[in-house]
Amino acid sequence: MKAKLFALTLLAAALVGCAPTAPAGGPATLTVMTHDSFAVSEEVVAAFETQHNAEVVFLAVGDAGTATNRAVLAAGAPLADVFYGVDNTFLSRALEGEVFEPYDSPLLADIPDHFKLDPQNRALPVDYGDVCLNYDIAYFEERGLAPPANLEALLEPEYTGLLVVQNPASSSPGLAFLLATIGHFGEDGYLDFWRGLVANDVRVVSDWDTAFYTEFSRWGGTRPIVVSYASSPPVDLIFAEEELDHPVTAAVVADGSCFRQIEFVGILRGTQQRALAEAWVDFMLSPVFQEDMPLQMFVFPVNPNARLEAVFVDFLEVPQRPATVSPEDIAAHRETWVQAWTEEVLR
Amino acid sequence: MLGLLWLLPLAFLAVFYFYPLGSILTLSLHRGGGLLPALAAVFNSPALRGVVGFTFWQATLSTLLTLALGLPAAWLLARYQFRGKSLLRALSGIPFVLPTLVVATAFDALLGPRGWANQAAMTLFGLSAPPIQFVNTFGAILIAHVFYNTTIVLRLVGDFWARLSPRIEQAARSLGAGPAQVFLRVSLPLLAPALAAAALLVFIFNFTSFGVVLVLGGPRFATLETEIYYQTTALFNLPVAAVLALVQLLFTLALTAAYTRLSARLSRPVELAARRPPRALRPGGQLLAGVYLALLVAFFLAPLAGLALRSVSRLTPERGQTQVQAGLTLDYYRSLGEDPRGNVFFATPARAIQTSLLYAGATILVSLAAGLPAAWLLASREGSPGVRLLDPLLMLPLGTSAVTLGLGFIIALNRPPLDLRTSPLLVPLAHSLVALPFVVRSLTPALRSIRPRLRQAAAVLGAAPGQVLRHIDLPLVGRALLVSALFAFAVSVGEFGASALVARPEYPTIPVLIYRLLGQPGAQTYGQAMALSTVLMAFTGLGMLLIERLRIAEVGEF
Repeated sequence: MKAKLFALTLLAAALVGCAPTAPAGGPATLTVMTHDSFAVSEEVVAAFETQHNAEVVFLAVGDAGTATNRAVLAAGAPLADVFYGVDNTFLSRALEGEVFEPYDSPLLADIPDHFKLDPQNRALPVDYGDVCLNYDIAYFEERGLAPPANLEALLEPEYTGLLVVQNPASSSPGLAFLLATIGHFGEDGYLDFWRGLVANDVRVVSDWDTAFYTEFSRWGGTRPIVVSYASSPPVDLIFAEEELDHPVTAAVVADGSCFRQIEFVGILRGTQQRALAEAWVDFMLSPVFQEDMPLQMFVFPVNPNARLEAVFVDFLEVPQRPATVSPEDIAAHRETWVQAWTEEVLR
Repeated sequence: MLGLLWLLPLAFLAVFYFYPLGSILTLSLHRGGGLLPALAAVFNSPALRGVVGFTFWQATLSTLLTLALGLPAAWLLARYQFRGKSLLRALSGIPFVLPTLVVATAFDALLGPRGWANQAAMTLFGLSAPPIQFVNTFGAILIAHVFYNTTIVLRLVGDFWARLSPRIEQAARSLGAGPAQVFLRVSLPLLAPALAAAALLVFIFNFTSFGVVLVLGGPRFATLETEIYYQTTALFNLPVAAVLALVQLLFTLALTAAYTRLSARLSRPVELAARRPPRALRPGGQLLAGVYLALLVAFFLAPLAGLALRSVSRLTPERGQTQVQAGLTLDYYRSLGEDPRGNVFFATPARAIQTSLLYAGATILVSLAAGLPAAWLLASREGSPGVRLLDPLLMLPLGTSAVTLGLGFIIALNRPPLDLRTSPLLVPLAHSLVALPFVVRSLTPALRSIRPRLRQAAAVLGAAPGQVLRHIDLPLVGRALLVSALFAFAVSVGEFGASALVARPEYPTIPVLIYRLLGQPGAQTYGQAMALSTVLMAFTGLGMLLIERLRIAEVGEF
């Protein structure tokens, strides 16, 4: 009994040992709150820590929506010093919740204006990723069928029963694809398009992994067209089982067929580490961090000075004119759009 | 001194449950201008009323199916001797503690478009498309709920049935009643409290189901719990989410109050006999029972085995083919420790297991520290009204929306000394809220079984209350303590929601790591998710088997 008690006490002690503690007199601690898809190379963080004599602690608090909600509820008495990961579909919620302090980073000068969605620079753009249709190349080659060229093509009879999408109510790429159709066909036209998709036997699932790993034909499912990211084909190559020298999936990047998700970073209002937080924001916008992102998070740098790995240069297709919907419109209409979509497609 | 012990579980619930929950509900309703407008918004919306209706409908149907599948097994376990009884109990317990994402991938491995069943059917009948459509059907919700909860029926009803004296039934038989009459007129009424308690508990779990409905049911189905998640995360409509959370909470409270009253009656039913050695099956019944048990074992084993098999099978079709080629491999297990990306948050499975074990250890500590006094109170003062209230309160966290409570932690526990918003301690605390009812359910009957005379004798001989506790109570409930510790362990290792919300990314638990692997494309990562799920399955299976080895028949209401 005593030995058991001792072991349990040890366990508890070890657990408390992992708790974040601010060492007195040591390096200053910077806490960075993110969503749970955040990833970064060890040496990139280490470079920042050495340069600024700081220790960076990361908090991953659920998906982008959950993380944004937490930031809003803790506004003014923040959980961290910096929050990275709010995207253009949630940006208005964060700005209205007065989560951030403005910061005019000198690095903003390098970044194209179309990424800067907050004129007051409370939220600064870091990266973007395009949600696009992906298709299984082998499926179309075997049948001598041409892959869909754009969104309109999905209504053609030869693509009946081939498409799987995610529910915009529960999935971030699902919402992005709905927004692409709204941006492309307009508020008056998108429901007609979806009515056509339903007539053409579109399948809707709850989340990205069910769509990709259960329904997509590349993985043994029955649907050769799936809503995913423009980055999925090169990423699939990197994490394939055998060395592949050409992609097995491809993205449809025709004008107006993708929606661009832009992710932002901001200094949380009420931070005690303003100077260090500014240094971290600058760091995230600098080429060192920006070049690390594609292979870690499969998103792409907003800083044009950052260079891309060969695999992305060779196999990434970037949509030149993605469909756009402003954050204000998204915030104002998200509920009505999703509800109208639900009525049209699911009921 | 001992008299104040009851403050411990109450304080635990007050600080880590009622305070955060109350804070977020108040704040949410305040944002919407009070309770009434939010109530009106919910009850004037046909869609939201539909959600409430569907939540009841699917929970009722799932519960009936669970009873239908579980009752014959409970009867066989109670009355007959056959090999592999504890194995069956352990096997049925594995799904109960697995996270939904693992159960969903297990069913996908078995019944998905490229699952084993569809592959077999396509090869056998030369079909070009998979004939079975499972994911995103109402049937998937029902089957997954039965898969999760049958073990409750086996345990609750089976144990009670075993202790019910067969003599009453024998008497009815000798007075001329047929077998059907005996069952309907004698056994069923005697079993009623156990049946009702099992049905209620199963209903509570189905009523608050989240992952099963979201992932396996798909976008066409919404329960209260998934709707709360949608209203909170996607729409940030906190007032409506709060009303839905309150509705769910009120129903859960009513259900748990009913459950705890019934289960208190289980400990002193009409006619209890000492557990007698069960009979062997008659040859005629043997065949029927054999077929039924084989089907039951297959029901539990097939998805789990399908998942394990998938973790050692090659996943990608070769270039130019859409069919997956056969072939076994241990690659996914081997590569679990490798990180081609050099991610700062990369954790080897060994580290994830270590983290899971640490959280589980802390959960055991916290839930026993709060659960032991609660169980002791329930056992020694069962009559008092305050105590009768404590029991359903302990179960309330089971029916509380994790999304709501998670936000409650953020706004309530935000000041020293209780600024726990970013502390890893929040994980075992949240796990303990879930584990507490199981801990208390295992301990209370054991404590109740100690004869007061033993304690009195010790006291007469000069033992202080603390000494009585140490030398009489503790040795007598040692096994029940171990069983409840294992329940806490199993709950903690399999829990996903709370771990994901407060996890420090460098210290993912096993379920969190599986979730991460499932979130990105690539054959390698998907195979690794399967491998890690299999590891988790093995872990929980081992825990369940240990519970069976340590369990004493008379001890444990659940």
